[in-house]
Amino acid sequence: MTVPADAARRRIVEIFISEEGPLLRRWSQISGAPIDELRDLHQALRTALAGDADLADVRGLLGELSRARARQGYTPSDTARVVFSLKEAVYEQVEADGQGDALRGFAWLSRLIDDLGLFTFETYSAAREKIIIDQAEQLLELSTPVVKLWEGIVAVPLVGTLDSARTQVVMEKLLQTLVDTGSEHAVIDITGVPAVDTEVAQHLLKTVVAARLMGAECVISGIRPQIAHTIVTLGIEFGDIVTKASLADALAYALSRSGVQLKGAATTRVAVRAERD
Amino acid sequence: MERVPILKLGDILIVSIQIDLDDQSVLTLQEDLADTVVSRGARGVIIDITAVEIVDSFIGRMLSTIAAMTRMLDAETVVVGMRPAVAITLVELGLSLGGVRTALNLEKGVVMLEHARSAEG
Repeated sequence: MTVPADAARRRIVEIFISEEGPLLRRWSQISGAPIDELRDLHQALRTALAGDADLADVRGLLGELSRARARQGYTPSDTARVVFSLKEAVYEQVEADGQGDALRGFAWLSRLIDDLGLFTFETYSAAREKIIIDQAEQLLELSTPVVKLWEGIVAVPLVGTLDSARTQVVMEKLLQTLVDTGSEHAVIDITGVPAVDTEVAQHLLKTVVAARLMGAECVISGIRPQIAHTIVTLGIEFGDIVTKASLADALAYALSRSGVQLKGAATTRVAVRAERD
Repeated sequence: MERVPILKLGDILIVSIQIDLDDQSVLTLQEDLADTVVSRGARGVIIDITAVEIVDSFIGRMLSTIAAMTRMLDAETVVVGMRPAVAITLVELGLSLGGVRTALNLEKGVVMLEHARSAEG
């Protein structure tokens, strides 16, 4: 750094330190943030400026501040504005000082504050990103329950859009449940699934084959007309995999396969169909 | 090289695989099993792979081969206790083990063999 720039830097740091009180008050006034919130930040910034301009501490504090403000419902622009308003507060002091060095120093400080302001934005989006990832994971766990329908019959009611990751989770969870409960029949009900693509269909088929390898039988139920159309159009072969129109049909099928006799089962089909239309 | 023991229960042979199979022990098992089916006059074979955590295509084919072999010797083969991870691996390898009967556990395997026998009469 050149000598005059160094002098400018020193001057601005001097102002920063000597006018701490008014600076803080003005900053708080302009930004509308409580003075206590800004004091730590000011301290850290002062230490960094007086020393070797290492901003690690300041960034840490800023990160905390922007996370806290994000939780309180402030927009990232609000938080960035708090940081930027320091410029205005400092400028007023510089103007009062009236020296050329101070003005040149202000240009340098201004760039630094810009960086810090952008940093709050980055922190905010990183925090957001993390929340989204966490929620996606939670959703993945929540959305795939394996329920027991009967002794030896389990079902997975799938609701919502299927993607490969979710189908994978369903597959593993279902197979594990088959082992844990010793169930020989499984029903995958996709009534609540609005669309199926080739990849998802492949995963479903793989699940059925894997279940068969383990010694269990898998029935797919609740295929919507549109999905049936898609599957046929895409040319996906379901082969000898049993499919039923409704979960009731699938349950009746699984029961009869496991040797349970049903009384008056013939009417369920008609009743269920009528309800669906 | 470790040998896989073959146990006899009534007219059923039970093979419980507890070791990591290498190619040689797989071949030895196939020969041993064919010999035992003939010498003991077994009507059914149960291969328990509960303890098997890793499979490759060779082991997958071994199961199919054993099933086909014992069927020629008039004994039905049931593979029991396949872990989900193993099943997924086999599917990913494209091995669906057509012609091999499977059951969730040893108990259900025995029941399945008895059913198959009573169906034959």
